[in-house]
Amino acid sequence: MKKVIEVSGLTKRFGHFTAVDHITFDVKEGEIFGFLGANGAGKTTAMQMLCGISKPTAGSGTVAGFDIIRENERIKCNIGYMSQRFSLYEDLKVWENIRLFGGIYNLSGKVIERKTEELLERLDFREERSTLVKYLPLGWKQKLAFSVAIIHDPDIVFLDEPTGGVDPAMRRQFWEMIYEAADRGITVFVTTHYMDEAEYCNRVSIMVDGRIDALDTPEALRSQYNATSMDEVFRQLARKASRSE
Amino acid sequence: MKQLIAFVEKEFYHIFRDNRTLLVILGMPVVQILLFGFAINMEVQDIRVALYTPTPDTFSQGIAEKIRQNSYFNFQGSMQTMQLVEESMRKGELDLAIVFPPHFHRDMTHSGEGKVQLITSSADPNRGSIAATYATAIISQYQMEQAGPTAIPFQITTENRMIYNPRMKSAYMFVPGIMGLVLMIISTIMTSVSIIREKERGTMEVLLASPLKQATMIVAKTIPYLIISLLNLISILLLSYFVLDVPIRGSLLLLTLLSLLYIFLSLSFGLTISTLVHKQINAVIVSAMTVMIPVLMLSGMIFPINNMPPALQYLSLVVPARWFIDAVRKVMIQGLGISMVWQEMLILTGMILLLLTVTILKTKKRLE
Amino acid sequence: MIEVTDLRKSYGRQGKTLAIDGISFTAGEGEIFGVIGPDGAGKSTLFRILASLILPDSGKALLNGHDVVNDYRKIRQIIGYMPERFSLYQDLSVEENLQFFATLFHTTIEENYHLISDIYRQIEPFKKRRAGALSGGMKQKLALSCALIHKPEILILDEPTTGVDPVSRKEFWDMLQRLKAQGIIILVSTAYMDEARQCSRIALMQGGSFIATDTPQGIIDSYREILWSVEGSRITALLYTLRQLPGVKSCFAFGERLHITVREELHLEELKQELVGQGFDDLRIAPIKPTIEDCFMAIDNQ
Repeated sequence: MKKVIEVSGLTKRFGHFTAVDHITFDVKEGEIFGFLGANGAGKTTAMQMLCGISKPTAGSGTVAGFDIIRENERIKCNIGYMSQRFSLYEDLKVWENIRLFGGIYNLSGKVIERKTEELLERLDFREERSTLVKYLPLGWKQKLAFSVAIIHDPDIVFLDEPTGGVDPAMRRQFWEMIYEAADRGITVFVTTHYMDEAEYCNRVSIMVDGRIDALDTPEALRSQYNATSMDEVFRQLARKASRSE
Repeated sequence: MKQLIAFVEKEFYHIFRDNRTLLVILGMPVVQILLFGFAINMEVQDIRVALYTPTPDTFSQGIAEKIRQNSYFNFQGSMQTMQLVEESMRKGELDLAIVFPPHFHRDMTHSGEGKVQLITSSADPNRGSIAATYATAIISQYQMEQAGPTAIPFQITTENRMIYNPRMKSAYMFVPGIMGLVLMIISTIMTSVSIIREKERGTMEVLLASPLKQATMIVAKTIPYLIISLLNLISILLLSYFVLDVPIRGSLLLLTLLSLLYIFLSLSFGLTISTLVHKQINAVIVSAMTVMIPVLMLSGMIFPINNMPPALQYLSLVVPARWFIDAVRKVMIQGLGISMVWQEMLILTGMILLLLTVTILKTKKRLE
Repeated sequence: MIEVTDLRKSYGRQGKTLAIDGISFTAGEGEIFGVIGPDGAGKSTLFRILASLILPDSGKALLNGHDVVNDYRKIRQIIGYMPERFSLYQDLSVEENLQFFATLFHTTIEENYHLISDIYRQIEPFKKRRAGALSGGMKQKLALSCALIHKPEILILDEPTTGVDPVSRKEFWDMLQRLKAQGIIILVSTAYMDEARQCSRIALMQGGSFIATDTPQGIIDSYREILWSVEGSRITALLYTLRQLPGVKSCFAFGERLHITVREELHLEELKQELVGQGFDDLRIAPIKPTIEDCFMAIDNQ
């Protein structure tokens, strides 16, 4: 199967501090890849390098077929990104946000129009077309943000804690959207603090002190660590951490 | 009291740990004073000057002699034709030409009025205009000397063909202006930003939910910037006095009192802004718009108020810096006493009271 | 003792947005009262009213007998309040932060060291470090120390564990349990449903109202649906298939399993055969006890 992310020995140092310490892994096309780790384990830095916005100190790799050091600008055109902190402009209307991000990814006016209709239809959002995003409930906002993040049909979408604070039913609806995207061939790279969500991933990596200490399917990790849930696996690993941020 | 001390201490930690900002607020007055003092009003030496006297007489020779004696001027002699004057000027061999009209002496003695033209090079307008200012001063000095013994009321007017820059009339104008600008910017922006930063970071919520009184917080927020502003005041005055030779003719005590009043006003203004806006960036924008622009444009610091259209003249009445700069000029440069600045002081005090009232009315003991 | 009666609060012009819609509850000494609900349910507004930071439109709230509107000065002496995403003074060191808050409440670190020693000792080795350079978990500990330094009678913590990893969250709850044992009333909110078990009593909050208030066990016991867990291969396909079946009322993913609520008529064996008929194998279906999340979804759905 085609590999969408392939990195080896990826390292980032800030002065004497090694935020990311020689990580090597790959992500396959259409896979839902869970990227877990305690606060300060180096997840954010690693994600920044994969998205081409931070240059690695050492190591190499490709994302969506492009070199993360030399072709980082081209990576940006082929990925989607959504975070809990920022995803949409609150003071723009729903359709204005869609048009803006469509424009950022160089879609033509016609395509944006078609995509907008499709998207509103699929989310059952037609009545909210002209609502300011800040008036949407959080769960709706996150669903819209996700749809906008994949509006340009990227090879891979990076989700940084997309479901923090979202209510239980919405959280599950959100994950169903992730599955749909994966079925369409979009690779999903996701971080979360909800350990039940780790179970929804095809494979999970757990970062401890800048290194990837475990990487496998949730099932394999559970049996390997003799645990009944991913929560337990995570605790066993994170307890070994010697540093905190 | 312990709360107040702890709070002031905390504010100083914030200030000292933000080295760059501290450097800016302490360095700004120094840079401004030196910039205005040296770069803009630099003393001009070695002014190459020539005279054109179609009909030489005692008056024009007297003035020529004065110029020759003056150490700022480098006298190039008299020129025979205007063509020669203009050519030397174009070649950059002359900074200034003093052109007497034909029959200067006759005009002077008959009508009591003579017109002298000063031509300066536009290659360096600043140098030229200063040269013209010097020459004007020399001519009027000569005129005064002549007027004494002969007791004939006559007047020599000079006409400057280059630029007319009112600022050049007095090299001392800018020091009060910079005091008005620097003291206000620092006090207003820093006070408002330091309060709003707490709102933005959520620490204000914790302070509100504690037994700390609002008044204590407000006083604690102003003390550090009062001290910093005083330091700035001292550095401005020292620099002006020792480096720029600007005299402090009036009472130093009165000048300090006036400045304190103005600093209090700026601090109050910062407090008022902090009650009206909720984001640091807004505080900076509001402070800059309401401080920088009016102080620069409407205070008389650069543009004389008398020359403004009436609408702007009325607008300048509400600009505190206008009153402050006016009063500082009177005390510092003209050496006038409190009897001549009490009006300005009263107006500033009134403004402080107004701003504090707004602040108190707008300060809430809750979040909304 | 926290006594809240019919509290209401709305925002916007003509009270368009209802933030708090008639909330009543009591919480007593030695209790951890958890308010559990998603973002936007109104948790922060409720906590701010109780911390005397905003005024309710109507209703009454008393903390140890003091009214949050009229006796706000007294309230501010007896509570320890930690707002959502509270981040302290980033440019002050750990020790300076704590010192500042101690003085603010007319006390000293030495006087009340015994109260916070348990928590503070863990961050004391870094006491010279600036708060901004601490990790999420350590910041949380420092913030809690600052909220505790004046020996509050009531601790109000608004989403203290949001964005904190599972291990640090666990440690934080352990600290709250020890504080509870000292007799401090703790009011805490969270969006993580799995933290409900840590509370003495919980209120499930949605849309400005408490949709249920009970002990965690009480909430689970009053669950009225028939709940089964389904495991098997091809879990995504299984989820969509189950949703189509007439006997299945709801179907959601819960980790590696699916939780389904079913109609009384549906028998377990019947369902299994139906699914096998549709080509699913390796099936395991069993009745299970609900989690707080199941309860929240069931009540929210009504």
